Amino acid sequence: MELVCPAGSLPAFQQAVDHGADAVFIGFKDNTNARHFAGLNFDDRKARKALEYARSKGVKLYVAINTYAQEANWQRWQDAVNKAVDFGADALIAADVSVMDYASEHHPNLNIHLSVQGSATNYAALEFYVDRFNIKRAVLPRVLSLKQVQQVAASKKVDVEVFGFGSLCIMAEGRCYLSSYMTGESPNTQGVCSPAKFVEWRQEGDVLESRLNDVLIDRYQPDEKAGYPTLCKGRFETEGKTYHTLEEPTSLNTLNILPELNKAGVKAIKIEGRQRSPAYVAKVVSIWRQAIDRMKANPEQFETDEQWMKELAGFSEGSQTTLGAYSRPWQ
Amino acid sequence: MKISLAPISYFWEKQAVFEFYEAAAESDADIIYLGETVCSKRRQLRLDDWFEIAAQLQDKGKEVVLSTLALIEAESELHALKQLCHKSVDQGYLVEANDMAAIKFLSDAKHYFVAGNALNIYNARSLKVIAEAGAIRWQPPLELSGDGLEDIVSGYRALENEDDQTIETEILGYGHMTLAYSARCYTARAYDFPKDQCKFICLDHPQGMKTKSQDGLEIFTLNGIQTQSGKCQNLLNQWQDTRERGVDIIRITPEDSNCLDIVQQLSNAIKADKSDVLPITEQHCNGYWNRISGMEIAEV
Repeated sequence: MELVCPAGSLPAFQQAVDHGADAVFIGFKDNTNARHFAGLNFDDRKARKALEYARSKGVKLYVAINTYAQEANWQRWQDAVNKAVDFGADALIAADVSVMDYASEHHPNLNIHLSVQGSATNYAALEFYVDRFNIKRAVLPRVLSLKQVQQVAASKKVDVEVFGFGSLCIMAEGRCYLSSYMTGESPNTQGVCSPAKFVEWRQEGDVLESRLNDVLIDRYQPDEKAGYPTLCKGRFETEGKTYHTLEEPTSLNTLNILPELNKAGVKAIKIEGRQRSPAYVAKVVSIWRQAIDRMKANPEQFETDEQWMKELAGFSEGSQTTLGAYSRPWQ
Repeated sequence: MKISLAPISYFWEKQAVFEFYEAAAESDADIIYLGETVCSKRRQLRLDDWFEIAAQLQDKGKEVVLSTLALIEAESELHALKQLCHKSVDQGYLVEANDMAAIKFLSDAKHYFVAGNALNIYNARSLKVIAEAGAIRWQPPLELSGDGLEDIVSGYRALENEDDQTIETEILGYGHMTLAYSARCYTARAYDFPKDQCKFICLDHPQGMKTKSQDGLEIFTLNGIQTQSGKCQNLLNQWQDTRERGVDIIRITPEDSNCLDIVQQLSNAIKADKSDVLPITEQHCNGYWNRISGMEIAEV
């Protein structure tokens, strides 16, 4: 079971490598990747440095080119694929059919991983990508229950990677336009969700309001901890009741079901968070490395460490974690 | 320009569905999409019921398309999808593929299909791949602008070979937009029901559940696992603009029986080549087509 870790900067990359990543994924400095945030990601020079570092430690480097290419700028996605190949990335993580079509035609030896943004949730969909683009791995959306993950993995159409820890998208990734509905910018086209430039904090008496492009996402009383206004985690009113209509601020943590994922034949665990700090990456990667090693040593007797869970919760949105869709009651 | 009726996205009683299509059979809609696209637990109608409606509509001269579920997770859903595809192939109906799994089944069967708007076709090269798999019609992602669509349509023409099957473009002209799909059922969640014991509560919400911000703005419409827009997209008065940019079919969503009046109004406008169909109100939006955020109204 491979541990795949995020890096939005060279220091984070080095931390991931040093703390036990088997592979680290990065993106270039434009909207060809799904974490297109100011100050993040890799230019040519830094990407080469990252690769050198990875090679020196026997770690793999993957490049995420996993937004959807717009017709007017299609060349940008093509250039990004060529760049990833030229500098020697071990795999391309892609969502757009055109990007995979181009990559498989022009670089037949390149490993293509279907990004979570590709939204393939069942083995028949995966077969389409295997037949057409010879993908080598698929990252499954965070909408499947553990049983459904087991079924997809058991079909053995392609190697399966699942999310282990980090921010929780509660919608099928690649099929969510909530952000562009409110702001005009979405993960699919711009590589952003609830972008910071649309965020506004407004103090109204005792109450702190968070807004996204002027839409009220949440109101916080003085004793409540305010969170970033990711629009699916706001409090809205439905049927006269005000509550976290879609989801509470929380993060995904699947440490507790690691042996089941391993037994299902899941080939890789992904840690989310290219937007996170090097310190965050170091700590989270280190805990997951220890956990996977402990699980591999004795899968039947695996137990999580209370300290790990506590530390991971401390890194989580709203200081709480969930198994998300892996657990049927959550759904 | 043709007019289509989208599948009913809400959960209606069987009788209401049959009555709606009896009326739709007499409407000016050229194409009618049928089937359950949201939740596999909604079984007021069996597969045979849908095919019965399909046959009736076809007798009335309608082009009928069977639509698939969009989010396919469970083994049982995949099995049901396969059945729908195979039966459509046997009976010669077109299928609206809303997941790549459907494309897999239909392209294996060498059966033409419609590529639904959840398939994320954002450029001409993607469209070409899907057309090669058997698509003869496609629907762009809902967030795509008119300019973006025009770019794809002209880009596709440049890629097309002479003997390629032509491909039609269909957009949503009127209806609430499906903005997201989740494993979680938001209607059940609103009632604190577990998804597996939902008591089919969606039946109580034949137009979805309205969700407002705390200061009263309608932002979402909850429909089971779907999060739809709070506002209803209305591009009807821009139908000529859509035509100029390469649109062949305007789709209207069945939200209630009034939608057939809207079909009539659009049909009249098309016949007269006039732009006045339905004025934009505060309940509407047209932002995506006009290059701003989806919920907004652009002056046109």
